[in-house]
Amino acid sequence: MKPRHLLAAALIAFAATTHAATLRWGAQNDILTLDPHSQNHATTSSILQHTYEGLTRYTKTYAIEPALATSWQQISATELRFTLRKGVKFHDGSPFTADDVVFSYGRIMQPQGTMQVYVGSVKEVKKVDDHTVDFVLSGPNPVLLRNIADFRIMSKAWSVKHKSENVQNYVAKEESYASRNTNGTGPYILKTWEPDKRVVFAANPDWWDKREGNVTEIVYTPIKADATRIAALLSGDVDMVTDLPPQDVTRLRGEAKLKVLDGHEVRTIFIGMDQHSGELKYSSVKGKNPFKDVRVRKALNLAVDREAIRRVTMRGLSIPAAIMVAPGVHGHSKDIDQAHALDAGGAKKLLAEAGYGSGFEFGLDCPNNRYVNDEEICQALVGMWARIGLKAKLNAQPMATFIQKIQKFDHDAYMLGWGVVNFDANYTLQSLVRTKTTGADGSFNLGRISDARIDALVDAIKTELDVKKRDAMLREGLVATRDNYYYVPLHHQLRPWAMKKNVTAVHNAVDRHESRYTRVD
Amino acid sequence: MLAFILRRLAQAVLVMLAVGLIAFSLFRFVGDPVLFMLGQDSTPDDRERITRLLGLDQPFYVQYAKFVGRAVQGEFGLSLRQVQPVSKLFVERLPATLELSFVAATLALVAGLTMGVYTALRRNSWLTQFLLAVSLLGVSLPTFLIGILLILVFAVLLGWLPSFGRGETVAIGWWSTGFLTWSGIKALILPSITLGLFQMTLIQRLVRAEMLEVLRTDYIKFARARGLTDRAVHFGHALKNTMVPVITITGLQLGAIIAFAIITETVFQWPGMGLLFIQAVDFADVPVMAAYLCLIALFFVVINLVVDLLYYAVDPRLRIDRAIATH
Repeated sequence: MKPRHLLAAALIAFAATTHAATLRWGAQNDILTLDPHSQNHATTSSILQHTYEGLTRYTKTYAIEPALATSWQQISATELRFTLRKGVKFHDGSPFTADDVVFSYGRIMQPQGTMQVYVGSVKEVKKVDDHTVDFVLSGPNPVLLRNIADFRIMSKAWSVKHKSENVQNYVAKEESYASRNTNGTGPYILKTWEPDKRVVFAANPDWWDKREGNVTEIVYTPIKADATRIAALLSGDVDMVTDLPPQDVTRLRGEAKLKVLDGHEVRTIFIGMDQHSGELKYSSVKGKNPFKDVRVRKALNLAVDREAIRRVTMRGLSIPAAIMVAPGVHGHSKDIDQAHALDAGGAKKLLAEAGYGSGFEFGLDCPNNRYVNDEEICQALVGMWARIGLKAKLNAQPMATFIQKIQKFDHDAYMLGWGVVNFDANYTLQSLVRTKTTGADGSFNLGRISDARIDALVDAIKTELDVKKRDAMLREGLVATRDNYYYVPLHHQLRPWAMKKNVTAVHNAVDRHESRYTRVD
Repeated sequence: MLAFILRRLAQAVLVMLAVGLIAFSLFRFVGDPVLFMLGQDSTPDDRERITRLLGLDQPFYVQYAKFVGRAVQGEFGLSLRQVQPVSKLFVERLPATLELSFVAATLALVAGLTMGVYTALRRNSWLTQFLLAVSLLGVSLPTFLIGILLILVFAVLLGWLPSFGRGETVAIGWWSTGFLTWSGIKALILPSITLGLFQMTLIQRLVRAEMLEVLRTDYIKFARARGLTDRAVHFGHALKNTMVPVITITGLQLGAIIAFAIITETVFQWPGMGLLFIQAVDFADVPVMAAYLCLIALFFVVINLVVDLLYYAVDPRLRIDRAIATH
């Protein structure tokens, strides 16, 4: 659509509804594709959710509520029956039925996509009638309803008509129609995507639900450079920015035209340690691995001044952490997440008890372009550990090379951040603490921690459908990880958004701004 | 003449092959794109499967040979980040970069020439001193800083011009132009100044120095003695004779403008090839990086060829020398 037509469309929309408003939203990254089954990429998902919906969706407080399904019931431990919403129409006017769900399942499972994880334990999706489908699982899955919020439904008829039954293949020559066009059921209809320039949405007048806010047009603009993004907000070229450089937050708070919406991100930043090798690669200690000694790991924990990191390095934008999941994640509870205060004396004593009274040297790998102030935090840690006689040799690299190095276990200690896409703590326990096998088990357990009790807990939690029992096990797993000092949790990252005074938005902990909640007055 | 052009084109192919080879041997150090493609949840099996599917497990010279084989057929493969044909991505972004470079180069050339001639002719006026001081700033400040300063002054403080982007564009076939809308023209101002400032000051200083040199020569004195007007002396004789080095430098700098648009495009979120390239680097998107480097090499080679041909047009001596040599 040409800009002129867009303007006309916007004017018509303005005339039609009394509170019509345009939201000009800026953030760092552009989307990669319009195909909802192709790329597991945070920005792409957060934009496409305006157009494509799943059977379930998250509420403002990250609980699950019905979306394209109105209800569901457990038929057996491995079978779940969904009743689909009647009267829902895709943006091209065709009706939404069970066929579309079955089709979308087949499509998201195609190996050339990277979204299969959201239908992980689903073996088959069976149509019962036009508005009923059965999900057959390979085993009980208590987080299924959370995961499938990101399993987004496409129209079968539309995909067939435009020869987009298949997700774009890396070796194919033809570009799939669905990677440049959309046809969803969601609150907004995607009008244009001009790569690196803007994505424009108009409100869907036939949406099955009511929008809480008054935004009828969204113009999403990717602005890569931090300074330019903030300048665009200050000059009024955009209304809202959802990823702020931390050094600018204080300044934005003082700006009369703007307001800062505080909120946290479900991401925990921590230090991992090699607890498997017989000898550390970059250490002065030969013939043994000091990180295998819980007293050494505890000393590393006690020597960290998390409050100073919060105040100085993060400029107030962090919550000091004791456990490996952030507030907002199911399983997190304040009483088990009381961060250690700095205790250099205690740390020194522990090191002496462990036989390292004169300290030792080890390597510390850090990314320098991934998390907020990642390299600066590592520099601060080097100083803090130096006070108890430990000499960390910092090696900060871009994420692309850093991640390769640590995935080869070529490290003594490393910094990593872990987000929880489905808001369930077992995601963290399974990926980071469970003994590494194949698949998701221990997929990022790069210190190769192996604790039989935690392994048993994780495996039980995976299939436990009794919420109370499951919650108790989650808690035990998190506390066991904490008290064995398997990691050095540093903090949970905060992610404030900034916007004009007349914008009201609901913060989201995985950076998924939902425009249906947003008001521009 | 034709032989000369053909010889230069053959050299161009060699240059581009060399660029491609160097690029590919470097790509091994930028990281593993498969990790980005599959995300943190991927299993090692998945990663291995995709790596093999993309041929990334092969040694770089095999990957390079395949790349060249496809590139010869105009096929650059699919971007790993966007899963779209690389050629399509470049075609979409080419107009933005070329329009920006064109305006920046024109600005640099016109303003640089004017200021160069002025500062050479009025050596002691206060305006000359001022222009020389400004040009010193232009040469010494880094591009991204100039861009950010311009944004701060003209977008944030004064609010006259947009802080980023290309404004509204009009599509003429596959070419999207910003020249036909008011917002498109406004959006061009700050980035083209940022991009062209260094070249402008360079041309200004070069023209000034050459001009001062030429004004001291005997034939200028003779021209004055003939009673020619100042205008005829300055522009008909002096300026014309300063042009050969200016054309060389301008030509080479035009290539540099297109190549270094990367920084300006990143600062202004200008949706051109440079921005595409920077994002490809973050993601280790090998096909896009390889295609970009080859394309830039092509630009340089073509521009050099044009510069060589322009010499013939401007400097009659070259034509005579050559005519003698071939006889």
